[in-house]
Amino acid sequence: MKQYAYYPGCSLESLGKSYNDSAMEVAKALDVDLKEIEDWNCCGATAYFPVDELLAYTLTARNLAKAEKTGLDFVAPCSACYKNAFFTNSYMQKDADLAEHINYALEADNLHVSGTARVRHLIDVFINDVGLEEVKSKVTNPLSGLHIAPYYGCQILRPRKDHEDVENPVYFEALLTAIGAEPIDYASKARCCGGSLIISNRKAALDMVRILLLDAINHNADVIATTCPMCNVNLEVYQDQVNREFGTHYSIPVMYFTQLMGLAMGIVPGHLGVGRQQLGTGSMLAFAQNAKQESNL
Amino acid sequence: MVDELSFSNEISNHMYASHGEPITNCLQCGTCSGSCPAVEFMDHTPRQIIGMIRADLKEEVLSSNTYWTCASCFHCTVRCPAEIDIADMMYALKRYSMWKGQFKDGLIGPDFSEAFVKMIVNSGRSFEPLLAATYLPKFSARDIIQEGLMATGLVLSGKMPLLPKKIKGLKKFQQMVRRIIPIGEPS
Repeated sequence: MKQYAYYPGCSLESLGKSYNDSAMEVAKALDVDLKEIEDWNCCGATAYFPVDELLAYTLTARNLAKAEKTGLDFVAPCSACYKNAFFTNSYMQKDADLAEHINYALEADNLHVSGTARVRHLIDVFINDVGLEEVKSKVTNPLSGLHIAPYYGCQILRPRKDHEDVENPVYFEALLTAIGAEPIDYASKARCCGGSLIISNRKAALDMVRILLLDAINHNADVIATTCPMCNVNLEVYQDQVNREFGTHYSIPVMYFTQLMGLAMGIVPGHLGVGRQQLGTGSMLAFAQNAKQESNL
Repeated sequence: MVDELSFSNEISNHMYASHGEPITNCLQCGTCSGSCPAVEFMDHTPRQIIGMIRADLKEEVLSSNTYWTCASCFHCTVRCPAEIDIADMMYALKRYSMWKGQFKDGLIGPDFSEAFVKMIVNSGRSFEPLLAATYLPKFSARDIIQEGLMATGLVLSGKMPLLPKKIKGLKKFQQMVRRIIPIGEPS
């Protein structure tokens, strides 16, 4: 069994609860043990950097220090938490002065970061550690014929973490293919959902959401798959407001990639938080049921 | 007597940890503005803001909504041919304007950020309903009603918890915070 130091982040306890539930279920089915970091704190999200940079890094460093103690990779399901943790870790490795300042603060909590933890996004663990062949072997209800828009969003990709392709990534498509679905090709897959502008500049964010929904719908997507609770909330919960603001009639389900993996793996929808969405996912359930009946023939 | 810092140096001083190339390397090519998904909502494009910083137009920059309209998508950062971390520069501008206490009227971003920091320092965790108080007063009546309906839906579907969480090691956490910023003595 593969083990990880799991950092759920604040959203996964509230708006993104179905992400956490489905991540846990899928991990269990894939023999992955997500061990929650003990007494973790908020990573600072994007609202923290405007106030104090050093404190923003220190907050994340506290979680990294706790992960380091376990010797396991630090895994975050939220793209914003992942980005914050990744760069805090890498800046501390490269900048001894920064590391000294942060470690001085951490000392007050009997903690220390030496930069030995690897920081990963959950989707990376399923694709690269578990492997697509293994995922495929666990699929009982292949989502054949389901057109899924893989939505990467921003911070899972940018800023660039290593040498990966930040302009046209394809790993999400490969994962969706492995669960039997048909990923659609559309230009907006890495365009921004507006992030926290949904609070601080509602008009701008709704327009950014509108563009994404339109592009996915124009390319015949049945559902949009996300890798981040912030993206999921903007695309799903604010769809109604987009319709009111722009006079559109969009109604496209938005689901976490882990929920779609879970459905394909035959996990009970209720355990995946499917049905707790604001927008109907009945069509997705019917699809997974059909897929099961067909594979039983 | 030390020469007065240029505006671009002042901004660079607000980028402590990240190590992008200096703003003065900007070619004014406009790749950032062309890549920005929020540009049409900005008073000045990212390219213009960089030009304005270099021209020492401090007051104009401080009264622009541009950096508060940045969604931190980092498209500009990964595409900049001069390798300037532009999205991080937007954060530096936010910090600079918070530090100066000077920003365009009617913006939600500064209050929201401040409330967010206070919330984390007090509890260690983020809790959305507490933040609503910072932005709802600036919403129109129609938007407040929409937000209320949405929040009710979220609570009813079990997505929104009604009580905030606190971390267990809050006392030591706050001692840690106190080593970075002065937040007063423990109560």
